[in-house]
Amino acid sequence: MKIEVSRRKVHNEFAQKVEEISGQNLFACYQCGNCTAGCPVSFAMDLGPHQVIRFCLLGLEEEVLKSNTFWMCASCLQCTSRCPKGLDIARIMEAIRLVILRKKERLDRLEVAELSEEFLERVPQIALISGFRKFSS
Amino acid sequence: MGRVGVVLCPCELEGVPLFNPEVLVEGLKRRGDVLPFIHYPPVCSELGMEAIRAFLEKSELDRAIVTCSKPELFGPTFKKALRQWGLNPSLSEVLGIRPAPERGGLQEATGDVLILIERKIDEIRERVPSKSQGVPFTKRVMVIGGGITGITASIDLGNAGYEVLLVDRLPSIGGRMLQLSETFPTLDCAQCTLTPKTVETGQHSQIRLITYAEIESVSGEVGNFLVKIRRKAAYVDWAKCTGCGLCQEKCPSKVHSEFERGIGPGKAIYTLSPQAVPNKPVINRELCRYFTRGKCRVCEKVCPVGAIDYEQEDTFIEERVGAIIVATGFDLYPKEEIGEYGYGDVPDVIDGLAFERLLSASGPTAGEIRRPSDGRIPKEMVFIQCVASRDPERYMPYCSRACCMYTAKHARLYKHKVHDGRAYIFYMDIRSMGKGYEEFIQQGVEEEGILYLRGRVSRLFRDNDHVVVWGVDTLTGKKVDIAADMVVLATAMIPSHGIRELAEKLHIKTDEYGFLTEAQWKLYPVETGVEGVYLAGCAQGPKDIADTVAQGDAAASKVQALFAQH
Amino acid sequence: MEYLYFPGCTLYTKAKNLDEAGRECAKVLGFELKELSNWTCCGAAFPLAKDNIMALAPPARILARAKEEGGTLTTLCSVCFNVIKRTNRLIRGDEERREKINTFIEMDYQGDVQVLHYLEILKRDVGFDSLKAAVKRDLQGLKVAPFYGCMLLRPFEEMEFDDKEAPTIFEEFLEGITCEPVDFPYKIECCGAFQSVGAPEVAMECAYAILNSALKNGAEAVTTTCPLCQFNIDSMQREIRERYNDFPGIPIIYFTQLLGLALGLPIEKLDFNRNDVDPRPLMKEKGLL
Ligand SMILES: Cc1cc2nc3c(=O)[nH]c(=O)nc-3n(C[C@H](O)[C@H](O)[C@H](O)COP(=O)(O)OP(=O)(O)OC[C@H]3O[C@@H](n4cnc5c(N)ncnc54)[C@H](O)[C@@H]3O)c2cc1C
Ligand code: SF4
Ligand code: SF4
Ligand code: SF4
Ligand code: SF4
Repeated sequence: MKIEVSRRKVHNEFAQKVEEISGQNLFACYQCGNCTAGCPVSFAMDLGPHQVIRFCLLGLEEEVLKSNTFWMCASCLQCTSRCPKGLDIARIMEAIRLVILRKKERLDRLEVAELSEEFLERVPQIALISGFRKFSS
Repeated sequence: MGRVGVVLCPCELEGVPLFNPEVLVEGLKRRGDVLPFIHYPPVCSELGMEAIRAFLEKSELDRAIVTCSKPELFGPTFKKALRQWGLNPSLSEVLGIRPAPERGGLQEATGDVLILIERKIDEIRERVPSKSQGVPFTKRVMVIGGGITGITASIDLGNAGYEVLLVDRLPSIGGRMLQLSETFPTLDCAQCTLTPKTVETGQHSQIRLITYAEIESVSGEVGNFLVKIRRKAAYVDWAKCTGCGLCQEKCPSKVHSEFERGIGPGKAIYTLSPQAVPNKPVINRELCRYFTRGKCRVCEKVCPVGAIDYEQEDTFIEERVGAIIVATGFDLYPKEEIGEYGYGDVPDVIDGLAFERLLSASGPTAGEIRRPSDGRIPKEMVFIQCVASRDPERYMPYCSRACCMYTAKHARLYKHKVHDGRAYIFYMDIRSMGKGYEEFIQQGVEEEGILYLRGRVSRLFRDNDHVVVWGVDTLTGKKVDIAADMVVLATAMIPSHGIRELAEKLHIKTDEYGFLTEAQWKLYPVETGVEGVYLAGCAQGPKDIADTVAQGDAAASKVQALFAQH
Repeated sequence: MEYLYFPGCTLYTKAKNLDEAGRECAKVLGFELKELSNWTCCGAAFPLAKDNIMALAPPARILARAKEEGGTLTTLCSVCFNVIKRTNRLIRGDEERREKINTFIEMDYQGDVQVLHYLEILKRDVGFDSLKAAVKRDLQGLKVAPFYGCMLLRPFEEMEFDDKEAPTIFEEFLEGITCEPVDFPYKIECCGAFQSVGAPEVAMECAYAILNSALKNGAEAVTTTCPLCQFNIDSMQREIRERYNDFPGIPIIYFTQLLGLALGLPIEKLDFNRNDVDPRPLMKEKGLL
């Protein structure tokens, strides 16, 4: 329930990495929650997109990386299209995915072996390609 | 022709000298037609002012330029001083000098300033003294906009003994306040507070109402403005009309009413309210059956004094005044432009002013809260704040300042009328800075059980009987879906339409949104860049009635001070 | 009229029913779809990381080739359309990245090919009125909900496709082919996209919400432009029915199939057997087969 707020933590290396990959300014966020309010998959997220942005800014790397929010994000851009501050939240979600996927040890979210044959039969290429682009390195 | 006096202020802008004084004086002296004058400390100091006065008097100059690095701050002071020292305003000028960022050295900067001053000298030498020098200073004032701001200023000035012309483009005065039900933070009835004021204005011996009229053109200068006004054709002879209201009663048209914000019908011949001042109707040509279809003339038949006149045309009047106060107020950001909230197509999603009409005893439902779609009493009632405000990406970046308070008022009045209903307010922050405002909010929360949900609403849409609201409560971090019966949007306050054109006619400035720009925000809040033209109320920026009235009073006192000097 | 046509991977296999009907209809309507030579996959996702230049190479190459072959580029699939159009815009506006991309693909492309979706051709070049005149099989009374999804519309400033909150081109198209368009609030929502492989239960809920909204508003069928949307709201109905046994099901039909139907193409050409929920019983009921 308690977090450290200090020069060391706030807007730390992790936050800056997210900003760099996404090209977004985390300080600009209003914390108005519009992104979460319109997100079609927020029902399945453990943190709302707005919370993830806040956690990033506060430098709470561990908490962010263990949440499922950015894995659930479908890059639908609903949040991006309505953010009053013009933040591209979908890019922030992508940046967090990449923070994990670009680590030296392979931390892929999705393995082909996990998918059933029956499913692979059914699913169109487009879903597989975009899925693996988002969930593996 | 005598020489032109050039008073150089040596002051530095944020520690950076703007020019080399010696070089500049030398440069100016090379012209035979100039008398330069430089004084330390800067001329805006008391000593400086006295020195200029002495200089001008001694050298018997009739044309002068004063340079200044902050003309928006000191311009009005200098201009006034120059006039007091006997210079014709049309032959003297305050010249703003700014550092040219792209140029580096002081030498180039000095050269630039010299060119600037020389141009101005040539221009001033060409000028013919304006006639106003001989013409007496007119101590009459025109107030444009008859909302609570304009009314306040008019009464002040009238009481001070000056003649006031109050111009409004609507048929009667009162402005937006006429549409309101009760007002925060005291919850007293808007009509009951406003009507005594409008009546006082209407009956004041010093105030002349020119309503249903717009400014056509403005010329001249302080003390002697000539204003041309277009009186729009009312198609009713107001001299004959007794205000009996029979025409409105019998008019068969049921049309969209701007005043009722679309939630109640109006008539083609109308006054804004039964207590309208002046209480004279006008015909809306676009909606009248006779004008649009060539048949009807019912009003003509029923009018007992024969006041209806379908042949009436716009007329023009010219008035001479010494000062002008602009108090043209505000509009609301049109909900028809807000896509995520249904482009105004969801009937049970209305704006704040429409809700005021629903709450008003004089409104279309006689004060009962009934939703527009089917007249049912809404039980799940959602209010959304900061709609199109605080949204630099898509709408207005600024805070509209009054909506936190009026939304709290809306929710409270709703609870007073629908006891078993629940009011939810989506908000980003609560801004309640006025006296008694925070207490007003807290009372609503504690005693009336209003539920504040912190977060914006991303989208809403109609779903059969309901309006589905997709919001969030950032305090729990959760997405919130509400199946609401009705939604009220606290849309942004924006300048009233046509403000830019009016500002142009008056040679005053607007900001990027169209709000009138004051001479200087902190110290000259009701002055404009043009001497003798003042601004007040929501025309300058969003505010509530208390602030608006304070500004109306301030503008009136400025005019009185101006007039007292002549 | 001739357009360079980029089918994309899925249209060659799983979404043949989108592709073939589209090609056949073009012939009937008098415009030619000339398949781009030597095309590759567009990447199926526009890269959102600022530093990911690599992923821009495939769509850039497609565009550069279209430039060489000298024409307007068109697609049927919304995802391809999105990736290619966004890449095109980026190349046009971002000099630094343009140079990097060009060095990488060893071509010189400036971002000046026009990219159009098939629907835009129908609206702009064919005209919905002419379309109506070409209708051979009257679909009157067929209530169809147009599902736009995300990729045609967003990001709005880059796609410049239609109004971001209340688009209408799809409805206009449906009216053009004499269907009755059904407006429904979820038409601009997300089908779950690639979550059908990442988190299928999540995508299934997205699809369920969309289909419920369409049904509630009286739709008899839903139409799409995108194989990914199609999969999620058509094929995933199997999972939906497992979870919600009272879900009635609703046929999902590619817009080109509806177009072909209206233009009187033989039913075999429309490949309805590829649709997961068979639309033919509905067609029969409506007297269209
Ligand atoms: C929904 C809502 C509820 C509110 N509730 C409260 C409340 O409870 N308490 C409170 O303190 N404040 C409240 N306010 C704020 C209050 O309405 C304003 O502060 C006040 O009305 C501003 O007065 P005004 O005279 O500056 O402008 P207005 O009332 O807008 O008056 C401007 C006048 O100028 C006229 N005009 C405009 N342009 C021209 C032109 N070009 N030529 C001639 N005439 C022109 C207009 O016709 C109008 O009569 C509320 C605001 C809203 C939107
Ligand atoms: S919508 Fe934008 S400003 Fe609001 S919380 Fe989300 S990212 Fe922040
Ligand atoms: S882009 Fe991701 S975070 Fe944003 S609304 Fe879509 S799914 Fe939610
Ligand atoms: S003439 Fe016009 S204003 Fe008069 S009663 Fe008929 S509709 Fe009303
Ligand atoms: S006054 Fe309140 S509701 Fe209005 S814009 Fe400002 S913060 Fe938002």
